Amino acid sequence: MLESILITIATAATPLLIAAMGELVVERSGVLNLGVEGMMIMGAISGFAVALTTGSVWIGVFAAILVGAAFALIFGFLTLSLVTNQVATGLALTLFGLGLSGMLGEGFVGRPGLKLGRIDIPFLSDLPFVGRLLFGQDPLFYVSLLLTAAVAYFLFATRAGLMLRAVGDNHTSAHAQGINVVAVRYLAVMFGGACAGLAGAYLSLVYTPQWVENMTAGRGWIALALVVFASWRPWRVVAGAYLFGGVTIGQLHAQAQGMAIPSQLLSSLPYLATIAVLVIISRNRRLTMMNTPASLGRPFVPER
Amino acid sequence: MSATLENRAESLLDVRGLTKLFGSLKACDGIDLAIDRGEIHALLGENGAGKSTFVKMLFGALEPAAGTIRWKGEKVTIASPGEARKLGIGMVFQHFSLFDALTAAENIMLSLDDPAPAGAVAARARELSEAYGLPLDPNAHVGDLSVGERQRIEIIRCLLQNPELIILDEPTSVLTPQEADRLFETLAKLKVEGRSILYISHRLEEVKRICDRATVLRQGRVIAHCDPSRETASSLARMMVGDEVQAVVREKPSAAREVLLEVRGLSRKAGHPFAVSLSDIDLSVHAGEVLGIAGVAGNGQGEFFEAVSGEVLQEKADAVRIRGKDAGRRDISGRRLMGAAFVPEERLGHAAAPLMTLSQNLLLSRCRTDARAFLSRLGVIRQGAVAKAAKRIAEAMDVRKASEDPEATALSGGNLQKFVIGRELDRAPMVMVVNQPTWGVDAGAAARIRQALIDLAKGGSAVLVISQDLDELFEICDAIAVMHHGRLSAPIPIGEATYEKVGLLMGGATPETAEPMLEAV
Repeated sequence: MLESILITIATAATPLLIAAMGELVVERSGVLNLGVEGMMIMGAISGFAVALTTGSVWIGVFAAILVGAAFALIFGFLTLSLVTNQVATGLALTLFGLGLSGMLGEGFVGRPGLKLGRIDIPFLSDLPFVGRLLFGQDPLFYVSLLLTAAVAYFLFATRAGLMLRAVGDNHTSAHAQGINVVAVRYLAVMFGGACAGLAGAYLSLVYTPQWVENMTAGRGWIALALVVFASWRPWRVVAGAYLFGGVTIGQLHAQAQGMAIPSQLLSSLPYLATIAVLVIISRNRRLTMMNTPASLGRPFVPER
Repeated sequence: MSATLENRAESLLDVRGLTKLFGSLKACDGIDLAIDRGEIHALLGENGAGKSTFVKMLFGALEPAAGTIRWKGEKVTIASPGEARKLGIGMVFQHFSLFDALTAAENIMLSLDDPAPAGAVAARARELSEAYGLPLDPNAHVGDLSVGERQRIEIIRCLLQNPELIILDEPTSVLTPQEADRLFETLAKLKVEGRSILYISHRLEEVKRICDRATVLRQGRVIAHCDPSRETASSLARMMVGDEVQAVVREKPSAAREVLLEVRGLSRKAGHPFAVSLSDIDLSVHAGEVLGIAGVAGNGQGEFFEAVSGEVLQEKADAVRIRGKDAGRRDISGRRLMGAAFVPEERLGHAAAPLMTLSQNLLLSRCRTDARAFLSRLGVIRQGAVAKAAKRIAEAMDVRKASEDPEATALSGGNLQKFVIGRELDRAPMVMVVNQPTWGVDAGAAARIRQALIDLAKGGSAVLVISQDLDELFEICDAIAVMHHGRLSAPIPIGEATYEKVGLLMGGATPETAEPMLEAV
């Protein structure tokens, strides 16, 4: 019983983790993209549709990644090249994505989809208790953890990661250092879109292999909250994603047990938790300021 | 003709006719300048004379509209800071281009063109810091460092590129006199190695002391090339400003005066990681007195100003007393109503709302204290009265503006500062507190502002001036106290104050240790 609960928590946490990891890189470069929900839902529909049409789940996954990145490119062009307001543009991207995915997905509602199977590592997955949890998951579960390790390594151990953090800390200084601020931000934004697309595909190809309108159900917003919750540190995102995943699953179980807590209240728990964490971390302002990208959301126009 | 060509071949850098336009404004208008190897060349000029624009073009951060740059005799176009560095041009910025959230070593790594392992960079940085007498901890976060330490990182970062020309933009404006001396020693070492330095400053004495040649800019044009050692400070000032700057007239203060502003045991915890906490500050300003607070930027002056002005309240009501009454629990309007006036450091965004007109800005700061004059009984604005007052202030302070009632951001720094100070003086306050009254203001406006502050004190008010500019404090103050790490020294009467004494206190010496150290020097 506990083992199966833990496995379902992992499936609930993985899309949050992937989307939040992408947004973390975007925000570390100083860009606030509130369009995660929109990019995610576009990933979900394109992944589902392409997988169904081609008959290959993996082609669907890659399509979702590409569509997510392309959607992010729209955001990048508007906010970085045309210097529009990032908050307004991000919100517009979310609304646009929700609407467009609904339209594109009309013919796919109710059709049985393809599902990305679990990996079964012989012997190891037969280990008691941890076997299926650690060695019998779907491939994207492993991808999400590898992604975290890769992002952490990239940000804190490579020169390119240092440049990205520098751009997020002070874009004027970065420009003076000869770093191409706009190019760095384009790449970061597109990486964020690709991750959001992948997270969307996880929902429509692993979590519930079907297409339902608005199936992201606010997960993009939770991913955004997670980044702040984790104070822009990759491994803390993992902790946050599993905590929020646990809350989601716990809420389902609580309802099944007939507990008298309104489900709406439980669904709002991740946001309440984020606010609580924000209050706690802002008490230690030294730590917050060391990790918060100081240029976050500020437009940059190179002086020329 | 052939002679000039030979000259060009000798020069490390030879700039001809460099021009930059911002809209219709010629920020740089046909500037010629040549620098030889091993030369310290001064670039002099008032704020807005085009110095920064000029060096940004040399460093590839701005694109020139016309003109040629020759480097070692070859014509070059410098399209980016990276290209400038490749040629061998390094720059130490005035407003440091460091990243607060990164460590010193990470900051240095970012400016290296070839990726190098972190350990090697730290080792090389340590080596350079020892060779040039620039102590540095590679693992410290820049946000935690003092301004002098940050400048050292900038210089080491620049030296790691092994540059042949180093551009220093107002390097001493943030240093104590002693820190500046150490910088000059470093520069002398660099010069001996055959490196050239382009030294931007408006401090004439130090230019006379360390520079071989000087180019003076005014309104984007070259006014003169000269040898600073053969000029006097006032002849250089004349070239920069264009006419004689009026000397400020000060009278001896009268004795036996009442205390108008009193601060007792003021302490305040740092509100954020890069702020300074204040500890146990005592001070009194008497009627008719100008008291100065010296100190290197970032030693708690801003925090102190916020506390005295009432932007931040005190826990104890008697920590700040204005005209003999407790003011510690009153907000800024409350303190204004008690007869005090405050002018913060930042003109745009703090003292004035940038996109609002002068008369709107006037109303914003005085609608509480002068409600009867500016508002009707129902709270409707009396536009006529406000406009009249704005006009009166502009005339009294000689504010030069393009239109009748421009937006604050449309004024030059000096003119806006004159307006902001005039706005407070217009109320004839009994207590005036000013933070950096002439920071980034041209010499003419600065003289005007200083005279206005002295005149206010002469009329019997108490004036407290917080400033980084020692020359200014020595010019207008009756006594100078020094702020260091959030502590304030006892005030030194102007008759006993010297640059060395104040400078040592600015560097953190206590009054007791300051005396023997002086003898040792």
